[in-house]
Amino acid sequence: MERLALLAATLCYLFGFGHTLFVLGSGRFHPGRFNVLAVALGAAAQGWYLSMRGAAEHSCPIGNLSETLVFLSWSIALIYLVIGPAYRLSLMGAFTSPLLLLLQIAALLLPREVRPVFLRPNPWVEAHAALSLVAFGAFGLACVAGLMFLVQERQLKSRRPAPIFHHLPPISALSEAILRLLWAGFLLLTLSFAAGWLAHVPIAGVKFWFSLLIWVLYAGLLLGAKNGLVTGRRKALGAALTFLLVLILLPVIQHLSTR
Amino acid sequence: MNILCAGLNHRTAHLDVRERFAVRESEMAEVLGRVRGIDGVSGAVMLSTCNRVELYAASLCPLRALDGFRAILTERAGLEAPLYHHDTPRAVRHLFRVASGLDSMVIGETEILGQVKKAYSVAADAGAATRPLHKLFQHAFRVAKSVRTETQITSGPTSVGSVAVELAGKIFGSLEGRRVMILGAGEISERTARSLQSRGVRSVIVSNRTYERAAALAAEIGGMALHFDHWEKAFADIDILITSTNAPHMILTPEKLAPLMRLRGGAPLFVIDLAVPRDADPAINDLDGVFLYDIDSLEQIASESLTVRRKEVDRCESLIEEHVGGFIGWLRSIHSPEGRHLTL
Repeated sequence: MERLALLAATLCYLFGFGHTLFVLGSGRFHPGRFNVLAVALGAAAQGWYLSMRGAAEHSCPIGNLSETLVFLSWSIALIYLVIGPAYRLSLMGAFTSPLLLLLQIAALLLPREVRPVFLRPNPWVEAHAALSLVAFGAFGLACVAGLMFLVQERQLKSRRPAPIFHHLPPISALSEAILRLLWAGFLLLTLSFAAGWLAHVPIAGVKFWFSLLIWVLYAGLLLGAKNGLVTGRRKALGAALTFLLVLILLPVIQHLSTR
Repeated sequence: MNILCAGLNHRTAHLDVRERFAVRESEMAEVLGRVRGIDGVSGAVMLSTCNRVELYAASLCPLRALDGFRAILTERAGLEAPLYHHDTPRAVRHLFRVASGLDSMVIGETEILGQVKKAYSVAADAGAATRPLHKLFQHAFRVAKSVRTETQITSGPTSVGSVAVELAGKIFGSLEGRRVMILGAGEISERTARSLQSRGVRSVIVSNRTYERAAALAAEIGGMALHFDHWEKAFADIDILITSTNAPHMILTPEKLAPLMRLRGGAPLFVIDLAVPRDADPAINDLDGVFLYDIDSLEQIASESLTVRRKEVDRCESLIEEHVGGFIGWLRSIHSPEGRHLTL
């Protein structure tokens, strides 16, 4: 059943991504409704999978990298479903679905055996893990908005905008969305660190320094934006690159967490 | 029952002819009443815009309806009405094309749909729209929506002013409360500023080498005049800069703009250079947050939008053809013995 749920989620995201490509290719640029449906069904299938894993592990289902990636893409999908309609950022789904598909395929291909993590259940550890992943979900969507910003900015700078230009949101709206998502992610990450500190569980030095590096990078980005030192472009680039770094570091952090 | 379309438009009659035949909204009920008085006409909807005056009538005898309509228009205008006319199914196709913007002067413009809706609403209120016309116009609205969403016929702006408005919208989102500075009080910059004002820009600063000219333009468009030597002082507060000076050299260079951009706290700047020779060094477009468009690039975008729209016409026509078939099918069905029974 678990494999079926994972496959269903992957198929939903694949359908969403494929439909987006088809619609954009045909020059219609209105993948919204189908995309939202595909993401919603994908997130539901992931939620099903995670609930089964949670019941089996009696803890937050992030016992291996595969589960962590499912949890992360589930967070991104849920945040997209919440903020997508609220911000009315057209084509955000088109940019989100490839990321969701990528994470889901990686989760499907990775080994899924679970190594015992804790000797006894610790709610602070669970809160730390869950909050971190939701925070990274917000950062993931900030990365998506950042990529959209960079595409739209390039269109504007080129002075020969392609048809997609007319359907992408204004860069000011994207800039605002990036900022809000970064703030949301940053606050959640800070809370997750506080929960981790309250858990009193010894952590590997490398994991600590990696986590601190990510926190400092996002803090610097937000501080720079607040003081007007970081322009929209740098903010978008920062959001995209920092999340890319997160994706690179995530397997390392996961490995150190489950050791 | 036949659907008749008769009228004149921007292709068949010059403006000074069209304006003679135009029917004001206040006169519409009376004209519709007269049209319905023509023998065999059961219902009528009349569309009168700056580009067309058209009658859509449900009639048993289209030729009699056409003659009657011609007589009414000729009497009102005092000259022979140069009317074209279409019978079913061409009349149906024509209305669907009109509502979709395919018959407009600027292909794909959407204002016409609002005008068609208004014409239908006026006729319905006057009790002039009978069942086939209700069905026809409802169908036309669906066709127009379908054409708009399933093709790129409304894609992109088609004039320098509307290109500037769209670009500003893609940079700033809403233009409500945005501030514009005009450097050099030229005619195109004034038109562009007015386009931006129509979309919510409230504050316009006009700066010109001759202060009196700046003051005159500022007064005309409800802006504020500024001495040319002081324009840089207002730079930190503006969002859009329109330049059209006669300066022989470039007045906006990266060297001059880079320090000024640092004062803006990362806010983007949209520079519209309408001057020939240009006022802005193209290299300022490479500065972070600066978006520079000159007159050529604006006209290029407008022209490309029109090209895209023209390419979409065939797809639109196919969609329209499907809907024409659907409507004609319905029209025939109400004249079948079963249909006649149902429509009683």
